[in-house]
Amino acid sequence: MNATLRRFKQPALVAVIAIAGLWLVFNLIAFAFAEAPLATLARAWGGTWGTPYGIGQVLFKATPLIFTGYAFHIAQRAGLFNIGAEGQLAAASLCGGAFAAQLPASTPMPLALLSALLVGAIVGALVALPPAVMRARLGVHEVITAIMMNRIVDVLVPFTVATVLGASSLRTADVVSGATLPRLDKVFVSLSGSAASAAFPLAVALVVALYFWLGRSRPGREMQWIGKSAEACRAEGISVRNRLILAMLLSGAFAGLGMSATVLGYKGYFEVGLGSGAGFAGIAVALLGRGHPIGIVLAALFFGTLEQAGLAINARVPKEAMTVLEAVAIVLVSAAGRVSISNTEQPANSASNEGDSSKSEAQGGGPDGPEKGSTRQSPKTKPDTEFAEVTPS
Amino acid sequence: MSGVFSLTMVAESLRISAPYVCAAMGGIWAEKSGVVQIGLEGVLLTSAFASVAAAAATQSAVIGLLTGVCAGALLSLGHALLVEKAKVHAMVSGIALNLLAYAGTRLALRGLYDSASNSPAIEGFRFGPVGASGGALLGRVFADPVTLVAILMAVATPWLLKKTRFGLRVRAAGENPDALSAVGASVTKIRSYALLLSGVACGLGGVHLAFDQHRFESGMSNGRGFIALAAVVVSGWRAGYAVLACLAFGALEALQIVLQDDLRKSRGGDLIQLLPYVATLLVLAVAAGKSNAPKALGK
Repeated sequence: MNATLRRFKQPALVAVIAIAGLWLVFNLIAFAFAEAPLATLARAWGGTWGTPYGIGQVLFKATPLIFTGYAFHIAQRAGLFNIGAEGQLAAASLCGGAFAAQLPASTPMPLALLSALLVGAIVGALVALPPAVMRARLGVHEVITAIMMNRIVDVLVPFTVATVLGASSLRTADVVSGATLPRLDKVFVSLSGSAASAAFPLAVALVVALYFWLGRSRPGREMQWIGKSAEACRAEGISVRNRLILAMLLSGAFAGLGMSATVLGYKGYFEVGLGSGAGFAGIAVALLGRGHPIGIVLAALFFGTLEQAGLAINARVPKEAMTVLEAVAIVLVSAAGRVSISNTEQPANSASNEGDSSKSEAQGGGPDGPEKGSTRQSPKTKPDTEFAEVTPS
Repeated sequence: MSGVFSLTMVAESLRISAPYVCAAMGGIWAEKSGVVQIGLEGVLLTSAFASVAAAAATQSAVIGLLTGVCAGALLSLGHALLVEKAKVHAMVSGIALNLLAYAGTRLALRGLYDSASNSPAIEGFRFGPVGASGGALLGRVFADPVTLVAILMAVATPWLLKKTRFGLRVRAAGENPDALSAVGASVTKIRSYALLLSGVACGLGGVHLAFDQHRFESGMSNGRGFIALAAVVVSGWRAGYAVLACLAFGALEALQIVLQDDLRKSRGGDLIQLLPYVATLLVLAVAAGKSNAPKALGK
């Protein structure tokens, strides 16, 4: 009972601290632009959850973030920090869009759609491949290599659009109709006009499916154990290298699938800059979502709300105000999360069992050690704030 | 092609390298002390904006320079406190820093100057010979106070790190913080000072960037912080080599300007931009295993 209470106390505390801090910064910005905070908030509400159109737009903005957020989480489970979702998504969007535009116009819907998604996923994984291999084989930290890949993609995407595709308008041709994802307003008429598409339910479904697969399959569980203790896994004969590469590639592929929301569900083509920013925001979404699929979807909706709210208030207060709030939210949530974790660490340790199991993992205990850790309970072994150093031999 | 071996090329290389060198020194100070700093980009941007805002408000380039450097130092110190005191993961803090700097400068741009793209022009420093010849360009580079301070800093950084007591402590904080605290020094304090210096160095780069253009443009750091970070990693966390790497990256960029007319015919010239990144990946791949990274980096 006490433990259950503690489980809810911590997220509640984090939420209170974060909301208080965000409200403070929001007030400061509103005052700086000589606007009444409450009136600005009302305007933001009206542009987001206050109207059906606004809700649709929030869902639309949240969709790529669900993909990039969960993508970050997949790598993070294995102790990897995939900062490269930005480049993975951009390359996947370009290639997926260009591929879907090249298909014969008569391609049936399931085939066109699935092949376009597949291309997006494969390209996303390919962009993640150099950091993955260099980390697993050579021990080069994945952050610096992923940043380099981001920059490389950043240069290559406009170059490719301009030269190889020969487009002067920095966009690809329209994708064939079979590859587009239908807008949600076809089913929910009141969302009419918003850009929310079937990519949103697709994102949620894929996250749920992957959550169960990662939690129940052998590769999925092994990846998580590596995130907790690579040494123990190596001692158990798990191929740490291959699992690390798999985690990074899966992460890249999932980030790449984010193109479904922008290219296939919204524009119907790729243009330079489409979906930019979603990669970095996804990291914040994953941190905010604390490694749980529901948390990540909610965090994505929160960030989607901020982005859409920015557009709603832009005439009076610049939309960048909301991006500032995003940055503040990242800092507050990770700081508050840390503080409250260190507060609860003491009782968790003295309650003997939990503390011991995580200790034996770190010292290379048997297969039971990591297995216990995968039933996430003790705040200490929560993966969301720990990026275990994995040192490939 | 004649432009490649000319004074213009030398002058342009030096001018373009200066912000890279500053940011890389910022990276050296931060990472040598054991704090991962991917927020160099944000520090560059913030100090560039702060320097322009102060210079525009006071009509004084010196005040602009000082304000820019201070803004960079403060932001960098904030990173240190978040990482060391609040125990926020350094990568997370760095990402938030970059986001805050990008959005914050745009917000302030609209608030102060009602513009989404750039600030009004500022005077900055205008010393040295006038004219467009290579010699005049080179003269202006060496007459620019910001560049001179940057050179001073690039020379001082390795010396401070190697020869002084403070430098030794910074390195100890990066290599073996436990030993440092065992002799009674505060790791948090040392790292905070190191990050303060990192902010000063990187902030100087931001000022150079803004004064060179005589105005602030939204997102004008344009990935320079990341290239500087790449220079730090490629150099194996050695300040001298990092400066060389930055000069090489600057020369590559200068090549694009000098060869502009030849390159404009094809878009292939764009690919020159890839070289720093590809070179970094290759060097990392080749030098893997004998990494010189501070042992307690990120811990």
